[in-house]
Amino acid sequence: MVKLYAGIDIGSRSIGFVVLSNDRITFSKLEDTGFEPLTAAKKLLTGHYNRVVATGYGRHAARSDFADQVVTEIKAHAIGAGHIFPGARTVLDIGGQDTKVILLNNNGAVIDFQMNDRCSAGTGKFLEVMAAALGYANVAEFGESALTGGSDIKISNMCTVFAESEAVSLMHQGTPRADIALALHASVVERTAGMLQRLSFSTPLVFSGGVANNRCIVTLLAKKLGVQVLVPPQPQLVGALGAALAAQKRESDSFTS
Amino acid sequence: MSNYNEMWRSLGLNMAAHDQLLQVLPPTYHDVYLTQPNRPQGMEYFDFVVNEIHGLRIQELQEHKKTGGKVFGAFCVFVPEEIVRAAGGICIGLCSGIDIGAAKAEKVLPRNICPLIKSFMGFKLDKVCPYFESCDVVVGETTCDGKKKAFEILNDYIPVHVMETPHMKKPRDRELWLEEVRDFAQLVQKTTGHNISTGDLAKAIKEVNGKRRALQRLAELRKQDPALISGKDSLVIEQIAMYDDIPRFTEKVNELCDELERKVQTGTGAFPRKTPRVIVTGTPMAIPNWKVPHIIETSGAVIVAEELCTGLRYFEKEVAEDAQTTDGLLENVAARYLGINCAVFTPNTGRMERLLQLAKDYQTDGVIHCALSFCDPYAVEANRVEIMLKQHNIPLLKIETGYDQEDTGQLKTRIEAFIEMISKA
Repeated sequence: MVKLYAGIDIGSRSIGFVVLSNDRITFSKLEDTGFEPLTAAKKLLTGHYNRVVATGYGRHAARSDFADQVVTEIKAHAIGAGHIFPGARTVLDIGGQDTKVILLNNNGAVIDFQMNDRCSAGTGKFLEVMAAALGYANVAEFGESALTGGSDIKISNMCTVFAESEAVSLMHQGTPRADIALALHASVVERTAGMLQRLSFSTPLVFSGGVANNRCIVTLLAKKLGVQVLVPPQPQLVGALGAALAAQKRESDSFTS
Repeated sequence: MSNYNEMWRSLGLNMAAHDQLLQVLPPTYHDVYLTQPNRPQGMEYFDFVVNEIHGLRIQELQEHKKTGGKVFGAFCVFVPEEIVRAAGGICIGLCSGIDIGAAKAEKVLPRNICPLIKSFMGFKLDKVCPYFESCDVVVGETTCDGKKKAFEILNDYIPVHVMETPHMKKPRDRELWLEEVRDFAQLVQKTTGHNISTGDLAKAIKEVNGKRRALQRLAELRKQDPALISGKDSLVIEQIAMYDDIPRFTEKVNELCDELERKVQTGTGAFPRKTPRVIVTGTPMAIPNWKVPHIIETSGAVIVAEELCTGLRYFEKEVAEDAQTTDGLLENVAARYLGINCAVFTPNTGRMERLLQLAKDYQTDGVIHCALSFCDPYAVEANRVEIMLKQHNIPLLKIETGYDQEDTGQLKTRIEAFIEMISKA
């Protein structure tokens, strides 16, 4: 009988779900977290799985409900990124509300990490708020527009609320919207690069999480750091993939021991 | 605890605010402490002491005062309690581990200041701490700029005597500190109206050393794997050490150690064998600041030592008992206290060496450096700690946090990830 391992990443913004069988993804899905994360998560679990591992903010709620085991987002992203890009030494994960930099050794094990404190500055939430403030339909449009902007201005506030007022006052001064968009993206990159440099990151560098879909951030980051930034095909699913791999590994461990 | 209402009222406590505090404490203690599995039976006494934190112990202080006894309050492990005891006084640690009276405290203090300082000012200005209200004198020190300046303000509300703790350990600093210890002895004699004889001081030194030895014995037992007692239980014992009656406390810690020694024989612990072992180091954790230890021990690790003032720095060295004169004994007292590895000292290499030694002695898998927000001495010294631990391949997690609970989710993720990282796969 085919064994199925499920990984579920319950984040602040989205829920990633990956099912593995013999190292191969047999099913994957991305859903909005919505207002009832646990209900949304349970809807994804339609079949029978040999093991379910949860990660993300909702991992402990999932553990007391349906999951067999939990791993942190940090471990999940490390495993997932290392699977897609074998030999990866650094993982940058920018999700809905936090940013993580994870260093790996050459066996793919976590050796150090850093996570932003408390506030959402520089995360997916920051970009969402700014896209809305500037009247873009969505974050994707915001990112594309930023790529066309000029780089004469700088946003000096990192706090989401203050940066928003700064952006709005620039609009009132008649600054082109695309320029403001670019400056906001640059401020996220500035902060992210600082975090990577503080940890003395090494390459290959993998960028996971929803913000990795933003082409402007990826381009600016690669330029700022002077290194190649590897983005997986579905960066939002890296955590769920890592969780599924942890489920598969745990099961094989228990057979051998 | 309702039968204490009259006593609290007579102390001038703000009854409404005090009631609120007492409504928070028992549920917190229940969730953090009483739900732990495999606790030693000997913890019953310490649970009782915490339960009676504003009751029985305060009543004892009041009875002491009725017979003319004096009470000295302190915030720091630099205040030599043997001197207070030698003069028949009682030395107690003051309240400072919870967000309280913040609005009042912010009237006299900047908003961004260490939560411990803001807390003690809030406790005093809001009249919520019966220990404060029982004190004849508060003894401050100069172990950080924030406290040093806050004591000037606190002196507007209660008499404060400040001891100048040096910032270096050169011969002239030793002389300065000895002078400060002598001045303190003078102040204590004047306040209590009791002259300290050589015999009184020698006896008090022995008693306080006895307390330290009991705590050292407990610390020694924590080298065992499986861990015999949780870090949270050990921390609360170390916190209680600062305000409980000395002989009674010493006896209870020794009884607990007897029980733990029997557990060594049977091989039963509070945690499974091979649980990841962590040392916590940094700024002291006053009652009820159990946030980080609670997260650590509910995330799959056990804390085996606290390189903190509410921990090893409080009890790890004894006062030499050999001198025959009062002055000789005071020199011994001064020497013992100046050996404390407080981050106010520069350089503070003693702390680095001690931490490394602890990591080896306790077979530690990792160190969690926990500084209170805006605590410059420890937050900055974290860099020295990080470099030293890196050289020895000991994993480190650095945390800066306050008394609020808003970062609990964040801290949980970081601490869990750290424990995943140090766990042997």
